[in-house]
Amino acid sequence: MDPLLPVPTVLPLLTAAVLAALGPVLRSRRRVLDAAAIAVAAVVTAVLVVIMVRTAGGDQVYWFAGFRPAHGAAIGIDFAAGPLPAGLAALAALLVTAAMIFSWRYFDETGTYYHVLMLTFLAGMTGFCLTGDIFDLFIWFELMSVSAYALTAYRPEERGPVQGALNFAISNSVGAYLSLSGIAIVYGRTGALNMAQIGQALAGHRPDGLVVVAFVLIIAGLLVKSAVVPFHFWLADAHTVAPTPACVLFSGVMVELGLYGIARVYWSMFGQSLGHQATVTRTFLTLGLLTAVVGAMFCFRERHLKRLLAFSTVSHAGLFLTGIALLTPLGLAGAAVYVAGHGLIKAALFLCVGIVLHRLGSVNETWLHGRGRLLRVTGAVFTLAALGLADMPPFATFRGKGWIEASAAAHGMPWITAVFVICSVLVGGAVLRVAGGVFYGLGDPPSEEPQMAAEASEETGKTDHARRRTPATMIVPAAVLAVAGIAIGSLPHIGPAVQAAAVRFQDQPAYNATVLSGAHVAHPAALFAPEPAAITVTDLASGLGSAAGALILAFLALYWRRLPLLRRGFEPGAGLEQPIRRFQSGVVNDYVTWIVIGAACLGGTLALSIR
Amino acid sequence: MGFLPFLVVAWVLVVGLYGIVTSRHLVHQIVCLIVVQSSTYVLLLAVGYRTGAVAPYFSDVPVHTPAVDPVVQALSLTDVVVEAAVTALLLAFAVQAHKRFGTLDPHELVQIKG
Amino acid sequence: MTGRLRLWIFVAGAAGLAAFVLWGLAGLPGFGRYPGPYGDIINRVAVAQTNATGVVSAVNFEYRGFDTLGEEFILFAAAAGIATVLRRLRGEHVITTRREALDRVAPPASDTVRAAALAATGPVIVLGWFLATHAQTSPSGGFQGGVLLTTAFVLIFLAGQVLLFRRASPADLTDVAGAIGAGGFAAVGVAAVIMGLPYLSNFLPLGGMPGAVTSSGTIALVSFLVGLEVAATFLLIVTELTDQALLVREGGR
Repeated sequence: MDPLLPVPTVLPLLTAAVLAALGPVLRSRRRVLDAAAIAVAAVVTAVLVVIMVRTAGGDQVYWFAGFRPAHGAAIGIDFAAGPLPAGLAALAALLVTAAMIFSWRYFDETGTYYHVLMLTFLAGMTGFCLTGDIFDLFIWFELMSVSAYALTAYRPEERGPVQGALNFAISNSVGAYLSLSGIAIVYGRTGALNMAQIGQALAGHRPDGLVVVAFVLIIAGLLVKSAVVPFHFWLADAHTVAPTPACVLFSGVMVELGLYGIARVYWSMFGQSLGHQATVTRTFLTLGLLTAVVGAMFCFRERHLKRLLAFSTVSHAGLFLTGIALLTPLGLAGAAVYVAGHGLIKAALFLCVGIVLHRLGSVNETWLHGRGRLLRVTGAVFTLAALGLADMPPFATFRGKGWIEASAAAHGMPWITAVFVICSVLVGGAVLRVAGGVFYGLGDPPSEEPQMAAEASEETGKTDHARRRTPATMIVPAAVLAVAGIAIGSLPHIGPAVQAAAVRFQDQPAYNATVLSGAHVAHPAALFAPEPAAITVTDLASGLGSAAGALILAFLALYWRRLPLLRRGFEPGAGLEQPIRRFQSGVVNDYVTWIVIGAACLGGTLALSIR
Repeated sequence: MGFLPFLVVAWVLVVGLYGIVTSRHLVHQIVCLIVVQSSTYVLLLAVGYRTGAVAPYFSDVPVHTPAVDPVVQALSLTDVVVEAAVTALLLAFAVQAHKRFGTLDPHELVQIKG
Repeated sequence: MTGRLRLWIFVAGAAGLAAFVLWGLAGLPGFGRYPGPYGDIINRVAVAQTNATGVVSAVNFEYRGFDTLGEEFILFAAAAGIATVLRRLRGEHVITTRREALDRVAPPASDTVRAAALAATGPVIVLGWFLATHAQTSPSGGFQGGVLLTTAFVLIFLAGQVLLFRRASPADLTDVAGAIGAGGFAAVGVAAVIMGLPYLSNFLPLGGMPGAVTSSGTIALVSFLVGLEVAATFLLIVTELTDQALLVREGGR
């Protein structure tokens, strides 16, 4: 057993406990706390990259306390690491490192437990990725969630963070309890908590009511975490008020972990027994595309920078779910690389917004118009990242999106490309509009909304605005992450490598054998065959098209008042907007109602189609 | 007993959710969240029960006596304690909400929307 | 959404969800007919493998010890969050003199409550300590014991001894104790790794007789650490929440 496997989870936990135990001593020595947190996060990143490389040839399993399975029954808990889980965990650790470096100068003073909570958050994320036990998955999910709630409410002197944290906590808790119910139900049938053992026990039997119900319930909590419509309302509230480094993690990787959880649960436990691939694809494709469109629409109408980025995350979550829903290796590989690229770029964007907040004291796009001109480097990084968000080649987002579109087209759904392009144009256009308006003073400021102005100017708590220079520790991580987004997309053999990892991830019998009997499966075979992953003309057309479309849309958004033709026509959605925006009411009672009706509808759909 | 425990599970789940959705007081809402989680405890323990079996403690009974499932009991017991702590966190948020907004009505606790 | 519309949507959703869940539950083997195999395997091997007769504790601290470690840290993170949110906001300070305390505390409890609370404190501490250290032999364990130990401190508060309560549970001590409990558990696992075993293996001697106080190796040790952490965490929670009743704003409200 590879002794490195427990390190990504245990090391941050141990460090968090040590930092808290030394709390009274370290309280005045903040730099020690910062350095410790950065060091641990960096070490964890390196360890996970090593694990990712080492598991390319086959998953590695680590049994805690040495309790190996006997006769196909597991009595202990395991970590089962493959390249996809380890890669996602590495992304999480990298973003934590960047966020902690950014926090070095971002906070004038940190509260007692900021570093501790970031470390427990990291441990929850890596544990969630690597574990092979469904209840253990739930535990790391809870640790991630509780740390996130606490980080959201970080500035309780203001009103926004409390509302955001409460809505976040209550919504996600309801989802978590639904998932726990699903876990109990599947345990009642199979008498096991190990994912491979459950998968093996369920496979080969026809899917009856219990299997469908357990699947839907377990997925329900993960869908809430993934901010899929209609479970997504909490995300915008949480992002608007959480401190910037926390937002980096929420958007960059926490939401994506929910989607990973769905993929993991499906392909290690329920895939073989549910069958009905066409139904599953159709259902989750609908959810994914609905989420993508709704998120993109809300994103474009936002004026609060963080909220705008939050809705763009919702939109991308929908696109990732679409890739997973295709159930093909290329679709999953596309989603994986898209997640990686998006995580790096979104983190860079949030860090830039943090710099704007730090230097200028606001996140209101209208007020900030033109005021960002002195932040030249930040503006450049922000614009570069914005182009990445619009899926321009050679960003990793372009590669991932291209694969999802190719796989969809090969399976009879070429129109998905159109939806992807529309969403990229809307989201990219919104962010480029911000780039052009705030950092370059182009065009006119967008229309003022008094409520937005009030809340967007609230975020001046622990940061001291009107600093003269942007500290290096704030701009360098942002720049590095944006460039990394390009670098990953340009890796030469990324296609075959990631797709091979996806095939292995999707091969349920191989996973079961590896975990339960230690067998090494040299050639995993998934249900759908791998497809070519080279860059095609269609990919380039769609990627360049989205980027061009986004630029045009941003230009129109900035200059529409000056163009005679459009003066009348460009607020056409205004009449629709108010009723739609009323859905995002800020009242958690509404959010939980949507979770309930969403779960019921999803359950009903699958119950009626899976027999 | 038959199906009764499972009916209880569904009922408690729905009642808790109803409480959250119709609540006008944050503390009441948080307690309804506890009610929702209680339904999961009932489910876990009901799933692990075996009629006519003893508790899984072998100090007084021989080791091979049929016993109920210890795993779900272990899961429930740690979950109870953890849930209490998480509830305390939410109540701390409620205390702050009252300080900042002056009210505990979820409909009034809206600083940002749209 | 208006209240009525929300209620109707919820009722539709809840009815659907309840029906859906019941449909799934109907597929279970039936109440009282647990099919195994996880629980049965553990019941069969636990006493022999760990020398602990309390199988639930063996599951918690040995077979699924890694889960329990995670739960410990959830507690720890929740306490950290509460401390961050409630502690010492700018412009507020804690009462430290008896006169100030009497001005702000709720009306003093009756003499019966006070006497009963004070009398019960000692036995509760003993019982909590017993539970935390006897996980392997009886239906007890760190979680239960820790909560009881906190109750002892709550009894002190109920007895009206507010300042004693505050002085007996200084913030630094509860923080550090909680961290030691949580970190200790993680460290026990590391000790196993240093000895060449997988993380969280039971490496201490298992003792002679099953069910003796000194048997079962790391189970007893871990249970004690968990008890320490749970007690400290809940004490922190209770302290912070009761502190809110004592906090005075600089503006003098």
